[in-house]
Amino acid sequence: MGAQIRVYRQKIASTQSMQKIFKAMELIATSRIGKARERVAASLPYANAITRAVSAVSSQQDIEHVLTSEVENPRRSAVLILSSDRGMAGAYSANILRHAEELLEKLHSEGKETDVYLVGRKAQGYFDFRGREYKDLWSGDTDSPKFERAREIGRTLVDSFLHDTEDGGVDEIHVVFTEFHSLVSQVPTVVRLLPLEVVEEEVTDETELLPLYEYEPAPEDVLDALLPKYIESRIFSAMLQSAASELANRQRAMKSAGDNAKDLVREYTLKMNNARQAEITQELTELIAGADALSAS
Amino acid sequence: MADRHELEVEIVAEDHFVWSGPAQSVSARTIDGEIGILPGHTPMLAVLGDGDVVVQQAGGQTITAHAEGGFFSVDNDRVVIVAGAASLNGTAAGQGAA
Repeated sequence: MGAQIRVYRQKIASTQSMQKIFKAMELIATSRIGKARERVAASLPYANAITRAVSAVSSQQDIEHVLTSEVENPRRSAVLILSSDRGMAGAYSANILRHAEELLEKLHSEGKETDVYLVGRKAQGYFDFRGREYKDLWSGDTDSPKFERAREIGRTLVDSFLHDTEDGGVDEIHVVFTEFHSLVSQVPTVVRLLPLEVVEEEVTDETELLPLYEYEPAPEDVLDALLPKYIESRIFSAMLQSAASELANRQRAMKSAGDNAKDLVREYTLKMNNARQAEITQELTELIAGADALSAS
Repeated sequence: MADRHELEVEIVAEDHFVWSGPAQSVSARTIDGEIGILPGHTPMLAVLGDGDVVVQQAGGQTITAHAEGGFFSVDNDRVVIVAGAASLNGTAAGQGAA
């Protein structure tokens, strides 16, 4: 009987110490979300300016560019998966990987080969464990991405896009990331980055807004300079949103883990008290029975 | 040009907003050569070369921004300077950043 109480006491102690960890992680996540959201907001002016410029140039119908033209029969696709470096964020990485799997399956069913590019150690672990191949991996800074990293990724992807399919190049690039809507809603999203498809939408409703620009140097060269930057900016924004989503997910997961720990502590305390009471009762019974037996003899 | 005598300038970098405000003129170095923008300039999109962007403010102060590998657009007296890495280092940088 005494053993049972001791077991409960140990369980309570370990649950309480875990509860402290959960609480601390929740607080850390909470304090970082604000900063992550600010960074998302701070990257907006650049993203808007570059999107506007790109759509201004490409809305001029006569311009053809490698990065905007679609290959007729795309044979190979690159898929960039943005996951997190660390766990303890609920279903965050699992969700992203599930969406990535769906996309990969869809691409395979269309008869395309896929090149996978990973961001974050969780995606790496997932692919390594299953012994699956990936082209490239970036990890170590998913919770506070730097623009340099986005530039590196952008260059790698654009490079492989510019190569012929025969030389190991790709015909299209997809990005799987988590869109940050609000603290309670983050949605895993798949976006096709290249060839550009955003442009076509914007031509229709912004035609009258965009003036006819003069270009210096020629429009083609301007587009040459702009498009890689545009891609980098899109990747950066995806990384920032993913980082904010990761933190929001972690905060939520840690909050519910903390709540569960609290419930467990309460439950174990009740059981421990029950056990103690039972032990006392039994001891009393034994004493009384013993005394009875002695006095009877 | 007759009804507007000021430019509205905005400088943004990759991951943050740098500066915005009214100005009299902007001069920059594109990859083809120097260019000066005054109010009433035709809409324009140009790729910046390596060099400083100088914004002449209404009060006569200047703001110099080092804008590396970016571009700028002029549209209806609104100048947006988009730079890969922009930093202010002008005489009025203190006031400008505030």
